[in-house]
Amino acid sequence: MANVITITSGKGGVGKTTATANLGTALAQRGCKVAVVDADIGLRNLDVVMGLENRIVYDLVDVVEGQCRLRQALIKDKRLPELYLLPAAQTRDKNAVDPKDMIKLCDQLREDFDFVLIDSPAGIEQGYKNAVAPADQVIVITTPEVSAVRDADRIIGLLESAEKRSPRLVINRLKPSMVKRGDMMDTADVLEILAIELLGIVPEDDSIVVSANRGEPVALNGKTRAGMAFQNIARRLLGDEVPFPEFGDGPGLLGRLWGFVRSKPIDFKARN
Amino acid sequence: MKLFGVLFGRTKTKSSQVAKERLKLVLVHDRIKVSPELLDTLKGELIGAISKHIDIDQAGMEVTITRGDKFDKLVANIPIRRSR
Repeated sequence: MANVITITSGKGGVGKTTATANLGTALAQRGCKVAVVDADIGLRNLDVVMGLENRIVYDLVDVVEGQCRLRQALIKDKRLPELYLLPAAQTRDKNAVDPKDMIKLCDQLREDFDFVLIDSPAGIEQGYKNAVAPADQVIVITTPEVSAVRDADRIIGLLESAEKRSPRLVINRLKPSMVKRGDMMDTADVLEILAIELLGIVPEDDSIVVSANRGEPVALNGKTRAGMAFQNIARRLLGDEVPFPEFGDGPGLLGRLWGFVRSKPIDFKARN
Repeated sequence: MKLFGVLFGRTKTKSSQVAKERLKLVLVHDRIKVSPELLDTLKGELIGAISKHIDIDQAGMEVTITRGDKFDKLVANIPIRRSR
């Protein structure tokens, strides 16, 4: 019986699509059968982030309207055999689907998958309502910025009044160097304000842009900082207790090594 | 660094702390859905109701919303004029 998890944020551009692609990838790498669903009808992007844009024939709206069967619209990932994408329609608008359609669609997906991850559109209107309606769990993504945290708070309030299970929080794009000099709110600050359970912290990482350029989620390569963070979140979703790494509390292992290298006297003669 | 800041009169609060304080204030209003206009209306009606019975300092009266752990609180600070 699948777990339906919706990833939402209120504000746009904080990393919903990136998180959906990477959590789907990380869960599939751990042997789960995963469907990622792009609920951003009219502004689809999960397909390009995952590098599957050339394989789309049918989409979510086609399934809802009965133009095709669900299996025909599901796109198998190139790299992971257990990962599937249900793309959004690009030439329709959010009103082509309603919450009841989404619940019905996800009930069908539940039969075949361990996890169904829904990438919600930004905002709190129809598209958001469609994305949240079938969810068993909700992940709220924010960045440590006033605008994103404010919108996250609004979403948390809406989820509470919809009597959804309390959402969990992912703090994305945290910059340890800025936190260290007091120019970015840290995890404790954000948690104090939003007062919900923390699910993960993803540090700012240039490799996110590179991976989106190539259409290969960073979680495929566990060596990047963001990739590791998404792997940790996937493990927590599977019930593992994974400690939260401290960001901004002094240099990490790499920083200490770098400091050690730099502290050695440089032999200028040898260089010239 | 702190001493340096004090000596040169640069005791600026960290921007992360400014962000946090501003957020706390803005969220009080976002969460309760009480607009400043509604607060004004409440204040006017409270003055009307209370001043029928007690002599209050209307200019010194404050009606605000503060955040608690579990509940937000509507706080009315109503100074009473002493009779002598």
